[in-house]
Amino acid sequence: MTLSTSQLEKIQVHIGEYLNVPGALLPLMHAIQDDLGFVPEESYKPISKAYNLSVAEIHGFVTFYHHFRTHLPGKNILQICRAESCQAMGSENIENYCQEKLGIDYHQTTKDNSITLEPVYCLGNCACSPAIMINEDVVGRVTPEKIDQIIKEARES
Amino acid sequence: MSYKIFIPRDSSSISLGADKVYQEISNESKKRNIDINIIRNGSRGLFWLEPMIEVETSKGRVAYGPVTISDITSLFDNEFFLGNKHPLCLGVTEDIKWLKNQERLTYARVGITNPVSIDDYEGLDGFKGLKNSLKLSQENIVKEIADSGLRGRGGAAFPTGIKWKTVLDAPSEKKYIVCNADEGDSGTFSDRMIMENDPFVLIEGMIIAGLAVGADQGYIYLRSEYPHALEILNEAIDIALKKGYLGKNILGSDFSFNLEVTRAAGAYICGEETSLLESLEGKRGMVRYKPPLPAIEGLYGKPTVVNNVISLATVPIIMDKGASFYANFGMGRSKGTLPIQLAGNLKQTGLIEKAFGISLRELLYDFGGGSATGKPIKAVQVGGPLGAFLPEEQFDTPLDYEKFSEIKAVVGHGGIVAFDDTVDMSKMARYSFEFCAIESCGKCTPCRIGSTRGMEVIDKIKGGIEQEKNVSLLRDLGDTMVNGSLCAMGGMTPFPVISALNFFPEDFGLEKTETSA
Repeated sequence: MTLSTSQLEKIQVHIGEYLNVPGALLPLMHAIQDDLGFVPEESYKPISKAYNLSVAEIHGFVTFYHHFRTHLPGKNILQICRAESCQAMGSENIENYCQEKLGIDYHQTTKDNSITLEPVYCLGNCACSPAIMINEDVVGRVTPEKIDQIIKEARES
Repeated sequence: MSYKIFIPRDSSSISLGADKVYQEISNESKKRNIDINIIRNGSRGLFWLEPMIEVETSKGRVAYGPVTISDITSLFDNEFFLGNKHPLCLGVTEDIKWLKNQERLTYARVGITNPVSIDDYEGLDGFKGLKNSLKLSQENIVKEIADSGLRGRGGAAFPTGIKWKTVLDAPSEKKYIVCNADEGDSGTFSDRMIMENDPFVLIEGMIIAGLAVGADQGYIYLRSEYPHALEILNEAIDIALKKGYLGKNILGSDFSFNLEVTRAAGAYICGEETSLLESLEGKRGMVRYKPPLPAIEGLYGKPTVVNNVISLATVPIIMDKGASFYANFGMGRSKGTLPIQLAGNLKQTGLIEKAFGISLRELLYDFGGGSATGKPIKAVQVGGPLGAFLPEEQFDTPLDYEKFSEIKAVVGHGGIVAFDDTVDMSKMARYSFEFCAIESCGKCTPCRIGSTRGMEVIDKIKGGIEQEKNVSLLRDLGDTMVNGSLCAMGGMTPFPVISALNFFPEDFGLEKTETSA
């Protein structure tokens, strides 16, 4: 994938923003992902130059953290909690329901590009299990009916 | 006159519809021309009753819950804003048994105040601990914390006073306070509740920590799964800065302290303190060798206090009311209170702050009301994904660091996840390995490879392949991981696995006798 000029410019701006910040890579990658929706591999070279690190180090950093993506996701990100508390309240059914309904597995995006499905290990909503997160909104005590509604809204957005 | 109504803004309350309830109540009051003043308070932590709204009356606050938008019309018809009767009315909030039977010290303000109102915070003893501390020498602040018996609430239970003393005594121009807010354990949400519902208490605790050890910079390393907490913390930090509690010359003293929130990026391992420090420095979160301890060589090689949210948020009340006040709660060497989080398959889930010593049975049945599904509780996991599974015969164990350690279990961060009798414990054991394989930093072999091999061995046992040989291999693998891993990730993953095997062999397709160690 080739980046547009405006995307490259944005990356350069963020690189500049964090040049003198200690521990810059963490806030820098967040800034890039918040802005572009992902951390493109094309950004590794300019970052490595500016921060005097190797491209391998940048790649190693980005791929260590589950939160960072190197590819553009769908319009909405649906995260399903797979941790113990949600399992105790039937999250496996929710996982299966979502995967079947959307026709995709984890880390995949629906054909219409509306939803990317991701697993997550605890949303801190364990008193309201099972829980999911749609973009930045947590939903508790999820049922297939609630999932239907969430998917419908995501597809219409 | 205007009626005061409280609707929580805690993210769990919102996940159950609190924002919609807020919108609807606000619309309905306009429609009916009733003058109400809505305050977005924190949650009291009674999550089976959320969204729980409260009304201020002459008797105190009266609660209603769980409120859905379809209840709003009837609430208004019954004039709930006067504290009137309604099927959802729970009576005076403070009289609800669940709340009454707690000892809320760290959580004294949680659910009562507007989280970002510094006036609310100051009005309920806020910043008293800091003001007292400013009059003390550094040694005396550290002594007070040590005398309180406070131990690391993240899970390791290391005495906070000793950690602070080490950092205080380490000679360095630059020192750091790092708050570990990477609350990744399933079944835990007490850090999140402090940050979202009483952020100033964490800020105050960090300022006192900085003052005590001579650090002028603090970082809150916050997990990326908590966007709501991020927003509230940043808002609270800005307010504290404007009010002179942060920044240069705090409250006119010569002490200065700067505080920032750093967003983590979804790696469970970064809850381990050395991995957290690597991550804060902008590197992969690879675990460091210890020694040197972070207290001697921590962030950027400088002496660093790394404390959990709850440890730091408990500091203000100790410095306000004194070490002996706090130490009078609890049992044995487990002093004070623990925020316990009831989660998973329970009727009544939520946050309970209690002195150490309460039994699991009391928590599961008296507070929790038994399982949500009405089936028998088969097992509970205490202390997150690295904690042992406990069967019913261990439910009388009192919550105490040492008593738990005697039965090879951990209190950890105080999360309790209950499972009913439909759970397949071999599946849970396999999941423990799977989780370890996903989240391992990869630095040491037992954790990186052992986790994957462990899944395979469990599959073989379940498949009836050379069961005796594979059970002994599984125990051997557990031993290697416990004794050969650098940190708790690999070192504790065998706890849930082996406890599941010991107590629930039938789920692995084994006879009870085959598995006895």
